[in-house]
Order: sequence, then structure tokens, then C-alpha cells
Amino acid sequence: MADLSLTNVRKAFGALTVLHGIDLTIEDGELVVFVGPSGCGKSTLLRAIAGLEEISGGDIRIGGDIVNHVAPADRQIAMVFQSYALYPHMDVYRNMAFGLKFAKIPKDEIDRRVRKAASILKLDAVLDRKPGALSGGQRQRVAIGRAIVRQPKIFLFDEPLSNLDAALRVNTRIEIAKLHRELGATMIYVTHDQVEAMTLADKIVVLNGGRVEQVGTPLDLYHAPANLFVAGFIGSPAMNLIQARVISLGNGALRLSVGEQQVNIPYSGPAIAAGAPITIGIRPEHWIPGEGQSMKIEGTVDLVEHLGETSIIYMRLADGQMLTVRYPGDIFCKAGDRFVAEAPVAAVHLFNDAGQAMLGRRSSPAYGILGHEFRAR
Amino acid sequence: MKRLTKAIILTLLKIIVVFYTVFPFYWAIVSSFKTGSALFSVDFFPPIDLTNYRDLLTNGNFLRNILNSAIVAVSVVTLSLIFAITSAYALGKLKFRGRGVVLAAILGASMFPQIVVLSGLFGTIRWLGLYNSLGSLVLSYMIFSLPFTVWVMTSFIRQIPAELEDAARMDGCSTWAMIWQIYFPLLAPALASTGLLAFIASWNEFLFALTFTLSDTVRTVPVGLALISGSSRFELPFGTIMAASVIVTVPLILLVLIFQRRIVSGLTAGAVK
Repeated sequence: MADLSLTNVRKAFGALTVLHGIDLTIEDGELVVFVGPSGCGKSTLLRAIAGLEEISGGDIRIGGDIVNHVAPADRQIAMVFQSYALYPHMDVYRNMAFGLKFAKIPKDEIDRRVRKAASILKLDAVLDRKPGALSGGQRQRVAIGRAIVRQPKIFLFDEPLSNLDAALRVNTRIEIAKLHRELGATMIYVTHDQVEAMTLADKIVVLNGGRVEQVGTPLDLYHAPANLFVAGFIGSPAMNLIQARVISLGNGALRLSVGEQQVNIPYSGPAIAAGAPITIGIRPEHWIPGEGQSMKIEGTVDLVEHLGETSIIYMRLADGQMLTVRYPGDIFCKAGDRFVAEAPVAAVHLFNDAGQAMLGRRSSPAYGILGHEFRAR
Repeated sequence: MKRLTKAIILTLLKIIVVFYTVFPFYWAIVSSFKTGSALFSVDFFPPIDLTNYRDLLTNGNFLRNILNSAIVAVSVVTLSLIFAITSAYALGKLKFRGRGVVLAAILGASMFPQIVVLSGLFGTIRWLGLYNSLGSLVLSYMIFSLPFTVWVMTSFIRQIPAELEDAARMDGCSTWAMIWQIYFPLLAPALASTGLLAFIASWNEFLFALTFTLSDTVRTVPVGLALISGSSRFELPFGTIMAASVIVTVPLILLVLIFQRRIVSGLTAGAVK
């Protein structure tokens, strides 16, 4: 079927290597989101899959066949571009029919497909309009329509929502999710917006500097980031990353120092030498006292933001490190107050010197909504 | 008060500019209605007398010359635009080594004065067997029409977003189909303006036309017009020459009026944005 697999895909522009050997498998019918900061190679990877960029090494397989040198139009792929890339001199109907003409599809079949796509996307009324006379949302739908009529095995979306205003973006996001359900097609979606990634994806691929950092379901990435990059990238406000040092390891617990303070965290992984640097990661929303063992850190409140449903406290530790704490509802403290942040040890992530999540902490537990119920999955 | 003086000065300037540009043409029209010694009397509104026009159109090769000019100008425009759009695609959209050099060379070729290339070109045309044929003019006019059209087209085609080409690629469009079905319609305004300028330049060209053609039947209008002679060598038939000038100018004026808006938007859009 239409599964896609990449083996050691590399891409270099002259001396500049953009993709350093990407290995990835995408199952038939999945909606996979490539996410990462700008310049991470996610668009290049998408264009390589589309065939718009020749790869410098490795193999791309679609449905088992190697397509490294197959022309874009023959890969049974359709792409929706960031700028929509509609043909300005053609009306909506011809925009959608243009590619089918080259595929030598009979006229009545083209007509049937275009009209069907138009009715799915509510474009019936504007079929004879040029793109210039359409609203942003309509243009976006024409671009999607142009992809649908080709009946591709795989849909590629290159930041399709970035040109829409906020309200339309949410709507279109829902539309794309619905479309994915209805068509059951494999979709690959590129974005730098982690909300889009979290809400749409069956599977997220986090890219950074031309490498895959982690592949997993949205909740996997949230609860068990494999490394510091993913930990900092997924989640908003970003995870607190606290620099600490190992004091000692014993009795199934790791004793760490954060500035002058000491914390104890249960640990069952391989031995770590005393004095080794370690990064403690805690999401702002997980600073909630719960049952069982917890970790406490004391600091001074720098600023409090009241957002109504939550309050965000920015606090400064004695050694200058900043922490973000997000509390549900209101909290009554002000700048300059002493503040003790408390989080259950089950919510603590540990990263070693190389930025990798430390063994024994790989799969962190799932949390109840407000953190009062912590249980292992 | 200050505003009034400003308005008056501005109006005066406008009148001077209009007079300076339009009066010679008006004088040509007026003179074309006069014959004989009437030509030398100053008369701004003479009776309309079409004798000169009748003489011109019934005698000699004038109609033939107009046809030649039209054939040459249309061929030059068509060929220039075909070459310009294809080379502009290569220069504007494809990445290859030496692209800047090629662009500079094209510009450089247009910098030589006509008279410098004349003798060399004459040899080339003799060698190609094109001497005394319209082909010689089409070939030589492309020397000045192509650099201009290629440059303008290249700057236009660069403004067309790359994603459009990617989309066409995804749709299975070949490079050739892309040039003619995507770029050609999008470049239409630029094509209209550059095409028109190439047309005017070819229509008015004199030096090459004089050098590369010999017989009356292959002459173009500017040469034909210059060689109009009177009944004796002491008579210069100003009336007929003026009538010919008017006939030659009218098509250009009409073309410019039709494409005026496109010329302006076309040229500035290509240069500035």
C-alpha cells in the first residue's frame, strides 16, 4: 500500500549538508507531522519526498518501490504549498483540472473529480473565479482541492496554515483533520507550530539541524522527551531545565545539588559519578503538590502573570536560574516573595551531560488533569 | 497668490513641452496637405488636400515598403519574444555556472553603436547569403531587440514565485509546457510592453536597412522615405515626404495608445519591484 519509508536520506547543497541521514517509516493512512525550528530541514525533507529536491544519498520508498529518480508527478503524491501556488491566470476549475490534463485523464472524469472536490471543499460557487478574487481561506481550499483531485497515495502539506489569520487557522486545521479521516490517505504535514503538530498528528517527527530527534505520538513526546531538544521544543510554556550536579547515588535515589539546595529523586539507572552535571526537567504545569514523594525548590518571585484560568509565576533561584511555574486558577503572591515550588518526583525528567534522557526515566507516567492523580501507565 | 503663480508656471511649462513634442508632427501633417510653392508659405490651417497621399499610394513602392517594414517588425518582435521568454526562463529560474557572465555579455552586446558593428555585420550577412533580403534586417534588428527583451523578461520572471513552478512540476508539467502555459500568460503585460518597444525600434531603423538592402522592393519604409525624389534633381518633394512620414507614424501612435497603460506598468514593475 501507500506506506513511505526513508533510509539514510541525505541532502547537501554544495558543502552545506541539510539532511544527515534520515531514517523514517510512515504507515499507510497515518497523519505524520514534521516539526522543528526554522532551518531544521523539515521543508527540505518534504520536498525530497515530493521529488522537488534530488536527494544526495539514501533511498525513498513509496509502497515498497524506490522512487529516488521518479519525477514528482509520477510518485502519486500531491502537495499543498505554503503560498498556495495557485495559477493566477486560471480560474478555480482549471487550477484543479490542470494536473489531470497532463495525466491524460478523460475529460468527463476530470469534470467529475473537480466537481466532487469542489463540493467537499464548498467551492462550487466560485469555480469560475480567478484566485485573485478569492479570500485567503478559499485559496487554501483550492490548493487542497488541487491535491485531492489527483487522488494521490500521499498528501504533503508545507506549512499550509501559516498565511491564514488565527480564527481561520483553527477552522482549517479541523477541516484537514476531517479530510484525513474521510479520505483515509497518508498525509505528511510540515509546521513549526507545535499546537498544530500536537492536535493533528498521529505521529510527530521532531527535526533539528537535519537530524531526527525523536519520533512518537504527541503524548509520547510530551511525557517522555528523548532528549533536551525535544523537551524544550514540545510544550508551552517551555519545560524548565534546571542545571544540577550529582552529589551521590544510593538506595535507589539520586542526590542532586541545585545551587545551595539539595533534591532527592528516585533513580534506578546505571551508575553516575558524583559531580557529573545533570539537567532536571519539569514542565511549568507539573509544579503541583501531589501525593507521594515530591521535589521542592525555593526561590524568589520575579513576576506573576494572571491569565484567569492559570497564573504563571517566574521565580529566581539563589544561583540565578529562572523557573516558570504554572498554577491552575489564581495564586496570591507578589514579586519579591519567597516561594517554594513543589513537584511530584514522577513528573521529573533527567537528562545527562549529552542531553539524552536518562535510562529509568524514559517513560514517565501519565497525569490526571490537575496532577492530583499520578499513576503509571 | 503663491499657489496661483505656481499653477501659471506649471501650465506654461506644460504648454512648452506639448508644443515642443507635438508641433513638429503637426507641421508634418499640415505640410502633407500642401503642394508646390504653397509649402513655403506659413499657413497653420491649410485646406485638406490629399494629392500627396494619392501620389504616394499609387506610385512607386511605398505600399510595398510599408509591407516590408511590417513583415520585418512583426518577425523581429515574434522571434525576440520567443527567444526572450525561453532565455529569460533559463537566466531567471535555472541555476548554472556563468549565469551572471551570460547576462553581462547580453547587456554588453547592446552597448556597441550600430556603426561599429556595421561592417562586420555586413560581411556576416553576405556570408549567410542574406544580403538584399528581409532576412538580413530581421537578423540584424535582433541584435538590439534581444538584449533589451531578455533583460526585461529575466527581471520579470524572477518575481514569479518559485512555488508556482514546483506546483506545476507536481502537476506533471514539462519545462516546455511550463514556459508556455504558466510563464507566458503571467508575463503577458511585460511581453506587450517590450514587444511594442522592439516593434518601434525595428519600424524606425534606418542605418542597417540602408546598408543591407539594395532593390526598391526589399526596402523598408524609413529608407524608402529617405529616397523619395522629385521630378528633377533640384526638387525635393517635401509634401510627399511629409505625407509618407504621417502614414508611417500613425500605426505607431495607435499602437502606443492601445498599449500605453501596459507599457508604463510593465516597465516600472520589471525595473523596481
